[in-house]
Order: sequence, then C-alpha cells, then structure tokens
Amino acid sequence: MKVSNNISISKSGFVFDSKTGESYSLNGIAKEIMELLVEGRSEEEIIEYITTKYDVSPELFARHLDDYIQMLSHFNLTENE
Amino acid sequence: MDKLKITVAITGLNNTDNPGPGIPVIRGLKDSELLDVKVIGLAYENLEPGIHMHDHVDVSYMIPYPSSGTEAYLNRILEIHQEEHIDLIIPNLDAELYTFIKLESILQKHNIKTYLPSFQQLDERNKGNLENYGKKYNINVPKGTTITSYHEINHLKEEFDYPILVKGKFYDAYVAYSKEEVISHFNKISAKWGLPVIIQEYVKGTEVNVVALGDGKGNTIAAIPMRKQYITDKGKAWGGVTLNDDKLLTITRNLIKDSAWKGGMELEMIRTNDDKYYLIEINPRIPAWVYLAVGAGQNIPEALALLAMGKEVKPMFNYEIGKIFIRYSYDLIGDMADLEKISIQGKI
Repeated sequence: MKVSNNISISKSGFVFDSKTGESYSLNGIAKEIMELLVEGRSEEEIIEYITTKYDVSPELFARHLDDYIQMLSHFNLTENE
Repeated sequence: MDKLKITVAITGLNNTDNPGPGIPVIRGLKDSELLDVKVIGLAYENLEPGIHMHDHVDVSYMIPYPSSGTEAYLNRILEIHQEEHIDLIIPNLDAELYTFIKLESILQKHNIKTYLPSFQQLDERNKGNLENYGKKYNINVPKGTTITSYHEINHLKEEFDYPILVKGKFYDAYVAYSKEEVISHFNKISAKWGLPVIIQEYVKGTEVNVVALGDGKGNTIAAIPMRKQYITDKGKAWGGVTLNDDKLLTITRNLIKDSAWKGGMELEMIRTNDDKYYLIEINPRIPAWVYLAVGAGQNIPEALALLAMGKEVKPMFNYEIGKIFIRYSYDLIGDMADLEKISIQGKI
C-alpha cells in the first residue's frame, strides 16, 4: 500500500488531494502515521515505531492501523504498488 | 510597456446567486497588465448588479432581449457603438450567442470584434446532440435523448434505468427517480426554457469542470480544471478548487484540437470511481467561475481580448493547484436616481 502521489500534508495535519479537490483534517497521531506512510514505511515498521513511542499494545494498534488504512483506501487516498 | 487601450462591451452582469460571467470577466480584464480597458456594461434588467458596480463597469446600457429580433438587437448595439466606439464585445450568456454569431460579420464591418465559436461548433455541442458529439470527438458521453411530449415520457423506461437527468436546452437540470418526477420536471423546464427537454443517463461520480480557451486553429491557449466544493440549491458553485488532473486536461486539449474550438468554453465532466470521464455538457462561453483561473495564473478574459484584437497569445500551461474561490454576496447601496436613469434613459 502506498499513499497517493496527489496527496499533500501540511504541518498542521491538513491533507489535500490535488486530483479530487477533497481535503481532510488529521489529528496528531493520524498525521504522524500518515507521514510514516508517505515515507514508505511498511505496516510492520509503523507498528513497531508507534508501540515503542506510545503506551499501546501491538495487537490493539495493529487493529486500529488496519482500520485507518481501510479508511484511506475508501477515500481513494492510496494506490496499489 | 504601454497598455493597449480598448473599449469592451460585456453582457452577463447578473451577478446574483445564479451569476452570469460578466463581472468575473471584467475583473480579469481590469487585472490585466497588458490592457487598459473601458468597460461598457450591456444589461437586460435594470437591477442587474453589474450596472450598479461602478468600480467595475464604466458605463452601462440597457439592451433588448435577443428574442426581440436580430434587427432591434443590432440597432441598439450600433446606437451604443456610436457613443462609445466599442472595440470588442464579449457575450457571456448562452441564449445570446446565436444572435452574436449571426451578427459577427456585420459587427466586424463596424470595427466591433468578437471571439466566438462558429455556428457549427455551437450547434454540434448542443445538449440534444451530445451523443453524436461524443462519437465524433471520441469522448464518453452519457446516453441521452430529447423529448417534446408527455407521450414520450412513457417510453423512457424502455431505454433508461432510473434515476435519470431531466435538463433544459439552455439551463437547469434535475434528477428524476420516477416517471412522475420526470413529468414534474418536464413541466417546470419546458415552461421556463421551452422544448425540447433533454433526458440523460445519470452517471455516478464526481463532477469536475474545465474552463478553457481555444484559438480556432486547434490550440488550447488556456485550460484549468476545477471541482466545485460547495453547490447552491441552484446547482451553482459557491466554492471551488483547482485540480491536478492531467487526464482531464488531455481530454480538453484533444477536444479543442479536433474541433478547432474558438473562444471560451466550460467542459462539465463526471469522473467515475474507476477513473473514467463522461462529458455531460459544454458551455460555449466563459463560465462564471473564471476568476479562479485568473487567480491561479491564467488570465483567460485577458487572453481572449488580446486574441480578438489580433495579438499573439502563447499557450499557458502553468497554474497553481489547490487555489480556491469562495463566492459571497454583498449589498450595494445606490440611489433611486440611478435606477431612474437606467430605466428611462437606458444608460448610466
């Protein structure tokens, strides 16, 4: 999974999809994860990074990450590699 | 460099909640660093806001509706020309284009320039001809037909699945989910815009639009794609954003190349979830949201005026992506004396 090339994220967590014209607001953690996805980190790497940094179990976070990625895909913010 | 001084007459000053393109076109012209424009407003109603916007429109005149006949229309234009020495007319309303194209050569003899598509170009993109247009220019279009009577509504279910779109020949479009709704929309539209009424397959997706300018030789001088972000109950954009959509721009450039389109145009397309584009309408003139294009870096009204004046204009390719416009309403304060002048003397 790769975040679409048309996506730009501002420092405040505002996301703009330049192909569709849609915009979204991310909270702090959503922005952090999105930035990791844009960097091209794998889901495993993101789970390791977040669970090391924050007090959350890998199982619980993996479930939330999966939901988040599904949501990105639903809004056409991802591309298949 | 000295600016080119020109007098431009402009229609579509109805800057209401269903705005004509006149004021945005004027803003583009007034922003120009190449042109020094005197704006002559041509109005059909004495409360068209543009008449009363004295910082945009230098002088305004009342003109008769095109339906009053070509001769009466021409006579009034020439009467105004005697006073103002018009160099160029930019008509901005669909319903007057036929008249202006018809008058093009006569106006030219009086040194009044226009920059318009040909009759053939205007006619072939009519909403009722869209299917043939799609075939000719290799563009996907929704299935469509025209109807002129109730009787034909009964047979629509053989050709179309509901919902369908019911459209007027110039303006208005409604979604109908049943035969009863088609009848209701048919009555409303035919009373307002006449017959035929257009029936179109409803294509699910996102509406995206392009404002473009063709030079009549197949070159696209300017083109900017936009998506409406907020739509009023009249279906008009109240906010929009410029897009990065190469596929849409390629479709636009190919269409202008193949049709040798001359003048401003707006393409209304639907982008489906599987990234297919369907042409739903071509407006044969500059749209009311053109000032977004100016703000994004392509001054289309200026380019049109320069081309009309015989100047060379190089095609523009760059524009800012993610530029937005937001419309607003604003109360102008005027005097009854102004209304008196425009109503009695036909000039202000």
